[in-house]
Amino acid sequence: MVLAGEIGVVQPIIKVDRISKNFGAFQCLNELSFEVAPGEKIALIGPSGSGKTTILRILMTLETINSGHIEVDGDQLYHVERNGQLVAADEAHLHRMRQKIGMVFQLFNLFPHKSVLDNVTLAPILTKKMKRADAERRGMELLDMVGMADKAKAMPAQLSGGQKQRVAIARALALSPKIMLFDEVTSALDPELVEEVLNVMRKLAAETDMTMLLVTHEMSFANDFADRILFFDGGRIVEEGKPGEIFRHPKQERTQAFLKKIIAAGQRI
Amino acid sequence: MEWDWEFVWEIMPMLLAGVRITILATILGSALAAVVGLVIVIARRSANRAVSRTVGFLAEFIRGTPLLVQLYFIFYVLPDIGILLPPLLAGVIGLGLHYGTYTAEVYRAGIENLPRGQWEAAKACNLTPVQTWIHVVMPQAIPPMIPALANYFIAMFKETPLLSAITVLELMNQAKSVANSSYRYIEPITLVGVFFLVISLISVIGLRWLEKRFGRVA
Repeated sequence: MVLAGEIGVVQPIIKVDRISKNFGAFQCLNELSFEVAPGEKIALIGPSGSGKTTILRILMTLETINSGHIEVDGDQLYHVERNGQLVAADEAHLHRMRQKIGMVFQLFNLFPHKSVLDNVTLAPILTKKMKRADAERRGMELLDMVGMADKAKAMPAQLSGGQKQRVAIARALALSPKIMLFDEVTSALDPELVEEVLNVMRKLAAETDMTMLLVTHEMSFANDFADRILFFDGGRIVEEGKPGEIFRHPKQERTQAFLKKIIAAGQRI
Repeated sequence: MEWDWEFVWEIMPMLLAGVRITILATILGSALAAVVGLVIVIARRSANRAVSRTVGFLAEFIRGTPLLVQLYFIFYVLPDIGILLPPLLAGVIGLGLHYGTYTAEVYRAGIENLPRGQWEAAKACNLTPVQTWIHVVMPQAIPPMIPALANYFIAMFKETPLLSAITVLELMNQAKSVANSSYRYIEPITLVGVFFLVISLISVIGLRWLEKRFGRVA
């Protein structure tokens, strides 16, 4: 595990450099910059509309950017070098870069016409040309890890939200990405199903050296899980630090106000 | 006016030949409509504005004008610029183009109904656009389209008598020629109605089955 203080020694795996993103007249990200060290677990918190989900979606290439640069694992994400100049990347480059990144969505987005196991094996078979038998063996291992091996033959519609999300995590892991993005993965779940998904993520954090970025409203989970917290507001990072610093001794007024609201809403930190 | 069974049996072979052509025109017209609809949908989704606008305008134009006028145009006007088509081929092209503009709408609705999250999940799984269409979009978008497509299939079938206007010897035209030579209308025209009714009813039963089978996605 790499802590915030060690950045600068280690080459960052993600380098976000002055990214701006507009949706019409609304400026969602405003020259956002941050770096992530390999293996780091980062929680992105902040009020809704602060841009934290948008930066995850940009890292997954689900949105375009208006300006700025992103480096992932040593390569530009949205740019390629041509004749010594950085130009916009083509689809082939984005396809190569996406191999390094996996994402789990708030609404699961499982493929409803495919069984649990087929959801997990589809991408390895198609994009890594893995043999079906190998993909299924690996798929079963992953389903076992998320506690869903007994549902391998089930269809997504037969599962609870928590089960769907655990399958979605296995599906994202099947491509062995270096970076995993979790976008409010428990927000759509009934309260009693949240813990089973968080347990899987704890296990993942403990057992792998994957870099993980997580957008969440679960402050106590962010506190246990993350090496570092980024507090977003107005499309920028207002404050960052170790969970203990951010949650116990927030320096910025906006962080304090946000945490006060969260506590007033009944969450324990 | 009396119903003459003997006359019915006498003209039956000619009418059955007409039924064959009617069914053939419907099947070929549907196949062409399915392809034309796909081309229209893909062209309208094209990033190239000139392509998407032109095809969009043409599709609206075809949908906004009567099939009969289009058939006349294909069969009687195109020869003026040197395109001479046999009647059945002209009829199939007319049916296929006309109904292709409708099937395009069915495709479009089916594709747009697919939640955005499915496209995003496919991208997060690093599928290529072609893989996304084959493995994620089409298996989900096509089943709900089937009842609507089958509906247009039946509608097209019932419009095939229009092909008699361009000398295709389909059921209606056969009946007319029988009637014109024998001066008896009641049997041939009644039988045309009966044939269409029977085939429509069978098709509707098939359609209901398709609706049950594919109408709702689990």
